[in-house]
Amino acid sequence: MTDPASPWLRFDDLVLDGALVRFGDRVDDAANRAAVAYAEAVRAEALPGVEEVAIGPVSVLVRVDPLAPARAVTLARLRDLLAARDWHRAAPPPGRRLWTVPASFEGDDAPQLAEAAALAGCSVAEAIAALTAEPLRVLSLGFAPGQPYLGTLPEAWNLPRQAGLTPQVPAGAITVAVRQIVLFANPSPTGWRQVGRCGFRLYRPGAADPFPLRPGDFVRFKPVAPAALAEAEARPDGGASCEAAP
Amino acid sequence: MRGALTVLAIAPGVTVQDEGRPGWLMQGLSRGGAADRLALAEGAALLGQSPTCAAFEMVGAGGRFRAERPLRIALTGAEMDARIDGRALRWTASHRMEPGDVLEIGGARRGSYGYLHVGGGLDTAVELGSRAAHLTCRIGRRVAAGDSYATRPDPDPEGRAQVLAVEDRLSGGTLRLVPGPQTDLFPEPVRAGLETLTFRRLPRASRQGVPLGALGGEAGLDGAAGLTVVSDLVQPGDVQVLGDGTPMVLGPECQTTGGYPRLGRVHPADLPRALQAPPGADLRFAWITPAEALRLEAARRAATSDLPFRLSPLVRHPSEVPDLLTRQLIGGVVSGHPDHHPLDPEPDSR
Repeated sequence: MTDPASPWLRFDDLVLDGALVRFGDRVDDAANRAAVAYAEAVRAEALPGVEEVAIGPVSVLVRVDPLAPARAVTLARLRDLLAARDWHRAAPPPGRRLWTVPASFEGDDAPQLAEAAALAGCSVAEAIAALTAEPLRVLSLGFAPGQPYLGTLPEAWNLPRQAGLTPQVPAGAITVAVRQIVLFANPSPTGWRQVGRCGFRLYRPGAADPFPLRPGDFVRFKPVAPAALAEAEARPDGGASCEAAP
Repeated sequence: MRGALTVLAIAPGVTVQDEGRPGWLMQGLSRGGAADRLALAEGAALLGQSPTCAAFEMVGAGGRFRAERPLRIALTGAEMDARIDGRALRWTASHRMEPGDVLEIGGARRGSYGYLHVGGGLDTAVELGSRAAHLTCRIGRRVAAGDSYATRPDPDPEGRAQVLAVEDRLSGGTLRLVPGPQTDLFPEPVRAGLETLTFRRLPRASRQGVPLGALGGEAGLDGAAGLTVVSDLVQPGDVQVLGDGTPMVLGPECQTTGGYPRLGRVHPADLPRALQAPPGADLRFAWITPAEALRLEAARRAATSDLPFRLSPLVRHPSEVPDLLTRQLIGGVVSGHPDHHPLDPEPDSR
């Protein structure tokens, strides 16, 4: 497991809680992709005793009932599966989706865009282009249910968090720091800078698929005028559309 | 439909809880549910119903509740002062309320989280498979004065009052700790010295977690301060060590990811003890091996399943009964129900 020629990799038997597989010791796009691919493979195996397969920023937690008769067999299979491939170089699993989300980067919707652009060393127009040019991957969800960490932005966007907190950003706030975007599910205080806003709902109580985003999915923000965002917000999904990721 | 129970007054921090909603870690939603899951099982046993039933969780103090129809209730977890129309009620026991009876639950005498269960369980809206409020994630809300609660059908409306003898878990004590994937990050002297330290539950404990301060000038875990790790999935029971060396036992409403190193995991058998520790209670840690952790988990589950067989009938001293003449003393007999609760063992079956 710790062969220096191989990527960073750890498999831990958690005893009470199945296994934790870590693909990196820092937040890293390749480790995140490895976690997404391995988790999908584990899910496809439908191993006995498995209660949950969860993806963290660079890890996969496979929760297994500690007293399940098949526990040892399942953990052995998880180790075998890990050794069977180089997950850091695995092709992305199928079923990923690309969400196109209308977003406003103007006026009250983007109170700190100019400041963030200055820190990134570009103009506001260049900043909007940089944040919307490429689809961003959903690295993980957290802090609030369904709330995504999107990345990874170019190195120029390795911005520190603010020294102080913004008392409250609205639901739908698009915020930026450390080469990532967080799209806020709920009104919240934050140290990340708000550079835009959208009407995408990240948690839909009662829906068959209550959390639309999954790690490995893509989100692309489509810049629209504030008036067009208001119109988009009146539509289901805040005017977002979804297609199979290329 | 008119509810079975009306909330006349309520302390802050009372919510509806059940076993929570596991399975959404990846989506950023921790399991939630009752802080003291054993108390939930005890209430279910006392009422002869499923441990999936929802109950009121009361943090530090309860409130006043009026029965709108005949109702069975059970009281478990943190011991609170409880009365029906002035008559003191036994804790960790089930009782009967008649229409119009007002149940008054005051402050906690021991422990932090008390539970009020009703026959059939509370019938509130189910969200993602659970009725539990998860306020950190904006699911559900606090119980408010004026609320009216319906109940699910009581499986045994004529069931007699029961009492359950329980081991103390309300005053702090020792938490058995299972090593985890980051235990080795802590220097050996920190790991070895952990068992010699006494910690005190800090006042800012909540359903998100219980922070612990080292007692009386001890250095505590200062030797572990400042360790940083990549953000990883965390769960209730994990002991994170914050930047200043403060250990924090994560509770049911913890975040799903955390960037503080984890010392280990408090065994589920001892998690109620960690969460119930009242402000100022002393807590210690004791390492256990993986084999011991598995044996303890089997024992924990067996003890939980065994709860219905450890009940005994609640016998009230005649002096506790305010007016014997108004009571139907032979009701249980004339109703034709068996003298024993269906889940009662034969007296000598243990």
